[in-house]
Amino acid sequence: MADFTLRVNGSEHKVSVSPDTPLLWVLRDNLQMTGTKFGCGAGLCGACTVHVDGNATRSCSTPVSQATGKNITTIEGLSANGLHALQQAWIAEEVPQCGYCQPGQIMSAAALLAKTAQPSDDQITQAMSGNICRCGTYDRIRRAIHRAAGNGGAQ
Amino acid sequence: MTPLSRREFLTAGAAAGAGLVIGFYLPHGGAASGKNAFAPNAYLKIASDGKITIVVARSEIGQGVRTSLPMILAEELEADWKQIQIEQAGASTLYGDQSTGGSASVRTTWDPMRKAGAAAREMLISAAALEWGVPRSGCKAENSTVIHAASNRKLTYGELASKAASLPVPSDPPLKQAKDYKIVGKPMPRLDTPEKVQGKAGYGIDFRLPNMKYAVLARCPVIGGKVASFDDKESKKVSGVGYVGKIGESSVAVVADSVWGAIAGRRALNVTWDEGPNKDLNTPAIYESLKKAASGKAATLYTVGDTSKASGRRLEAAYQLPFMAHAPMEPGNCVAHFKGSSCELWAPTQVPQDVRDSVAQAIGLDPDQVKVNITLIGGGFGRRLEHDYGVEAAQVSKAIHGPVQVLWTREDDMRNSTYRPASYHHLSATLGSQGWPVAFSHRIVMPSINGQKGYPTEGGIDSELKDESSFVYAFPNAVIDYVMTETPVPLGWMRSVNALQAGFASESFMDELAAAAGKDPLEFRLHMLAEDETLNGWQSARMRGVLQLAADKAGWGKPLAAGHYQGIACFASFNTYAAEVVEVSMENDKPRVHRVVGALDCGQVINPNGLEQQIQGAIIFGLANALRAQITIDKGRIVQGNFDDYAPLRMNEAPAVEAYFVQSTESPTGAGEPPVPPVAPALCNAIYAATRKRIRSLPILG
Repeated sequence: MADFTLRVNGSEHKVSVSPDTPLLWVLRDNLQMTGTKFGCGAGLCGACTVHVDGNATRSCSTPVSQATGKNITTIEGLSANGLHALQQAWIAEEVPQCGYCQPGQIMSAAALLAKTAQPSDDQITQAMSGNICRCGTYDRIRRAIHRAAGNGGAQ
Repeated sequence: MTPLSRREFLTAGAAAGAGLVIGFYLPHGGAASGKNAFAPNAYLKIASDGKITIVVARSEIGQGVRTSLPMILAEELEADWKQIQIEQAGASTLYGDQSTGGSASVRTTWDPMRKAGAAAREMLISAAALEWGVPRSGCKAENSTVIHAASNRKLTYGELASKAASLPVPSDPPLKQAKDYKIVGKPMPRLDTPEKVQGKAGYGIDFRLPNMKYAVLARCPVIGGKVASFDDKESKKVSGVGYVGKIGESSVAVVADSVWGAIAGRRALNVTWDEGPNKDLNTPAIYESLKKAASGKAATLYTVGDTSKASGRRLEAAYQLPFMAHAPMEPGNCVAHFKGSSCELWAPTQVPQDVRDSVAQAIGLDPDQVKVNITLIGGGFGRRLEHDYGVEAAQVSKAIHGPVQVLWTREDDMRNSTYRPASYHHLSATLGSQGWPVAFSHRIVMPSINGQKGYPTEGGIDSELKDESSFVYAFPNAVIDYVMTETPVPLGWMRSVNALQAGFASESFMDELAAAAGKDPLEFRLHMLAEDETLNGWQSARMRGVLQLAADKAGWGKPLAAGHYQGIACFASFNTYAAEVVEVSMENDKPRVHRVVGALDCGQVINPNGLEQQIQGAIIFGLANALRAQITIDKGRIVQGNFDDYAPLRMNEAPAVEAYFVQSTESPTGAGEPPVPPVAPALCNAIYAATRKRIRSLPILG
């Protein structure tokens, strides 16, 4: 066990966990932030995606020891009121089915838009192919990203 | 609440506090009807503040029942849609059957939901008429209000609810005409979307109790094996690990203060397994035994005429499909709290009553002492029809005498699932002088899901397999028969169940016949559906309708981009007709799917928005099944473990999917599963169009 200080959604949190604990479980079990999801535990599905210093990061494969001193953003902190442009677009396009993967999808999309304000279809595909959706919502995810980017679904 | 007869399925009373409550019964698709089958299992509550609540035990697994079911009721109730909320009921002996499955939620609740809404509407109108001392006929309901036009008076449902509660419930309230619908058939936003995009939606895995521990289980890697002995010395050295102990015959639980502690504790655990009778089981042997069984005794599912009397050109082919896993995004989990003489569970389940009964048996309680709460579910595809995670959680909770969440890792889920059965198919047909089939035979060889689970399979027939392997074509001579085999591999119902295997084999073979006859695959099918008739309960006209719709929207027969080819297939299952056109090109001998057009006739559409989601999702799911889904077994162990070796479709492989449906006022039928079966044959038929190579074994990229 070791003590770590994490900066999550702008607030500092102290936790005492084993250094190899993935950030995912610290968020979920220690900080009670359950919006970040467990899907595969191996960085294969993207359900656990958070931002670490602005980069889309698989929290299930990131030891807590590597996340200290960095700015971590989770779905709970993506926007102050839960109405980030992507969250609004996700609602407008009615993206979720079961919804389980969608926090991770939105976090991946947010990291994309932060760097590429008006992504092309190819750029969306590239940024989003690390996130699996078993319900098959990919068409609507693409539309929602275009909508949030302000180009109303243009290709 | 006393059980009611079927005739008295509507019952009213005053709500706790004030307001109106109507209890009603929602049947399930299956034949199961336990002793409580006629007890109400759903409630409509109208509170005096106007809030309308529908309490229903149908599980939300992404299919949108928390929106579609209230829409049906709200339509007849003439309710203000914004005032409606749905409350998830759990398993209780007060409720009747509560299963969610078989694409049944809408088709089985359509009538009772409408009737409950209409009954409440009529009672509210009567209450208003009494209040005003005017004839009922001068009053009408609109937007959660009763209006008396002549005197321009209005009373809201909230104001009328308590008075309405004292009135008799009409047994046969008038129902609206489809042309007057204001909610049903209109695309409605799902009620649960905002919380899902904000990370606030609470799934089973997110449920917490004070002082709750976390557990993972080491399960015997060999199917049917047991724990011989275990050594927990290293395991207990892991920080946070408390209890380590045997659960059932074949697993050892490691309980810790955190998920990670439990996982680390399990890694340090040393178990010696008794590998049991299946330690040499492997996939090639399973395929070989299926093939061998094909020459054995078969039970007839359908027969028309006499196939042996047909003369002409004879063709035959064999098809084969692998075991597949559901792999929903939310891995298995369940929270249980055992308290000596009771146990409460919070389970992502489609079958709360089955979980309750299995748990009761496993931990030695009566079913009445077990309470099952249903959580939101991160995908199911049939996996949540099993009870294993609930039973394990209850057993671990009993062992530690406290609240615990049992969590399955992805590998646990992949390797300890129940699987879509592997199957072998022998097909033969005779083409007459004009090239049309005059005889068609399909022998299905596979283990029975119901048989393995101990449900009746009279005469060697799995009744679900029969329902899901039907055909609509007017063959003058045909036989579909079935050889039931056995396997130690655990079997489960997976989205579209047996219709996937039956549809792949028969619709691929139809394409073979069309090619052999030198006919266009669409024309070939339409010809076999040309006469308006009802066959095996299916209407040829409705199948023709979806085939034509899919073909028209896909531009069948029109020029395509260079190197692009189309394939078509249709299949009817779960009372619904589905047809799809898949467009591919070949890149390095591998198919690239560019576009899929799906057409569905599922009767009256409740929520076009939800239906489009279901069609799109089913097609993506079907493509993943066809391209790569394959569970194999080596030395009695499931080989695949995670999304690298059992890889679902990702966005870079996902084609544009277009969903269309027939406008219809027929009673609504299934939507979640029927679009799955045509996908694989349409895809393989497109690959044939591109390469002249016939794919008779899935997965395509296997």
